[in-house]
Amino acid sequence: MNLASLPVSHNLLPLFVAIPLGSAFLVSLLGKRVKGFSDTFSNVATFSLLSISLLSILLVKHSGTVVYKVGGWIPPIGICMVLDGLTSFMLVTINLIAFLVTIYSISYMERYTAKWKFYTLFLLMLAGMNGVIVTGDMFNLFVFLEIASISSYALVAFGVEREELEASFKYMVMGIMASLFILLGIAFLYSLTSTLNMADISRTLAKIGDNQTVFFVAALFLMGFGLKAALVPFHSWLPDAHPSAPAPISAMLSGVLIKALGVYALARIFLNVLGMTAVSSSILMVLGAISMVLGGLLALGQEDIKRLFAYSSISQIGYVVFAIGMGTPLGILAGLFHLFNHAIFKSLLFLNSGSIEYATGTRDLRKMGGLTSKMPVTGYSSLVGSMSISGIPPLSGFWSKLLIILAAIEAKHFIFASIAVLVSILTLAYYLKVQKLAFFGELKDSLKGIKEVPLTMKLSMIALSIICIFGGLLLIPGVQKNFLNLATEVLVNGTNYAQIIFGSIK
Amino acid sequence: MIYLMCFILFSIGIYCILVKKNLIKIIIGIGIAGYAVNLFFILVGYRAQGRAPILAQDQVIQNMVDPLPQALILTNIVIGLAVTVLIVAIAIRIYEKYGTFDITKIRRLRG
Repeated sequence: MNLASLPVSHNLLPLFVAIPLGSAFLVSLLGKRVKGFSDTFSNVATFSLLSISLLSILLVKHSGTVVYKVGGWIPPIGICMVLDGLTSFMLVTINLIAFLVTIYSISYMERYTAKWKFYTLFLLMLAGMNGVIVTGDMFNLFVFLEIASISSYALVAFGVEREELEASFKYMVMGIMASLFILLGIAFLYSLTSTLNMADISRTLAKIGDNQTVFFVAALFLMGFGLKAALVPFHSWLPDAHPSAPAPISAMLSGVLIKALGVYALARIFLNVLGMTAVSSSILMVLGAISMVLGGLLALGQEDIKRLFAYSSISQIGYVVFAIGMGTPLGILAGLFHLFNHAIFKSLLFLNSGSIEYATGTRDLRKMGGLTSKMPVTGYSSLVGSMSISGIPPLSGFWSKLLIILAAIEAKHFIFASIAVLVSILTLAYYLKVQKLAFFGELKDSLKGIKEVPLTMKLSMIALSIICIFGGLLLIPGVQKNFLNLATEVLVNGTNYAQIIFGSIK
Repeated sequence: MIYLMCFILFSIGIYCILVKKNLIKIIIGIGIAGYAVNLFFILVGYRAQGRAPILAQDQVIQNMVDPLPQALILTNIVIGLAVTVLIVAIAIRIYEKYGTFDITKIRRLRG
């Protein structure tokens, strides 16, 4: 079957933004009046997004890079949307998590009033994230990034209690600073190249050659997107913001938002647009390594289960940035694979913590104990998640961490490789702490009356833990060729990105 | 010269965000820093004695300013409005809960 000849192929791309944006509008319009509308409609929307993102893999495999010209303008002049291997990889990751999270929210969000507001903001955030991924234009990326950020600020404050408001304010101040730096970077880049199209910027920069401004722009982008990705010197908002949001949103924020807005944008801009230099590579690697160690050490001391998971996110994002920063094909492959795995198991763990909060009403590890006997699904799925994130062999986390360490050894970064191994042990230590305090041991008297969570919440936790168990299968050559390798190629090609884009326009 | 002013404005904004203890002053700092970036972006597209790039009959435009940054900044001003509205709303809710705008007294969460 030749997919490229189908009329739908080029019109697929705007749908990734149009579907969530349109459904957000409809949900906000009708969600209040029609009972149950927001639940059903949001689930239909995220499910259709998941299906078309899976379809996009096939499309990329058959027809290579697809460029959609918004409004029919030819790219260096107009805005374009780009579908390549990396795009479809990220889209699948985001929309898979989004779909499972919306299923989970059906029951979980009953505790809050105004569920439709939650879905509206959720879908807006999804539109922003998908937009960041598909766009091929610098300023457009900034606009989508702001859409996603603003809705995430509001979602963090969704509970309107003291902690939530404070966390949201902190998050907003940091987020706005990040946006300012990014915009300033775009301004400098525009003054240098007189274009906003990413491929065109890359082409013009190649003509100009070495320039001090590029270095400055890279520093600004590193600050801006590093803040969004919560790399260590810029991480202080994350441990407040992520735990304060409702659990499905924590799962989205930690699972995909920091990756779409932070890591993806960093990788795309540093590798494809500005071109990777030895300096930027070593900066990314050092930042990644610091994040790994510090995130892990801080996680060890936490008593609040969601805060612990949030610190662990910083540590794992460190792995991803470190691996992509190496810039070798194996390193990039490992980084992207770990990005996918981390999205899966961190969402799973945050959904687990949500279930615990739903059933027991507490997030304090010291008040829990023996929960597996009362909540088997939550208990076992979190066991799978914890073991996977700490890298226990048959589970997905083991394979990606192994690849990262192998890539580091291959590139002769022995010190970094040993740091990665040590942090992996540290990860095991704090997840064993979670398991021991929350799920094993004696059931506390105060927790005798708790019940397992409703069906939809169980369903998405089970689905995520199954993906965790079989995640390693993505490395089987046949599967790897079609999914991970397509994404890796895009980044390995580096600044040839421009030729690929302009080649596929004609 | 005007670039220097832009930089000073940006520094004032960042200083405000980092040093001030009052929530409202932090928000004002964000506003100032935002304006500095907007101004800078507009200056990037400016040419001395340039005029607006509006095409009309019987007119030859020789020296026009770049319209693209203006369009972009218009978008950014709208985004800035949304952000400011949201952050002010949250500041008001914080005031309702804590009864103060002083950030040193609002410390339930610790890093």
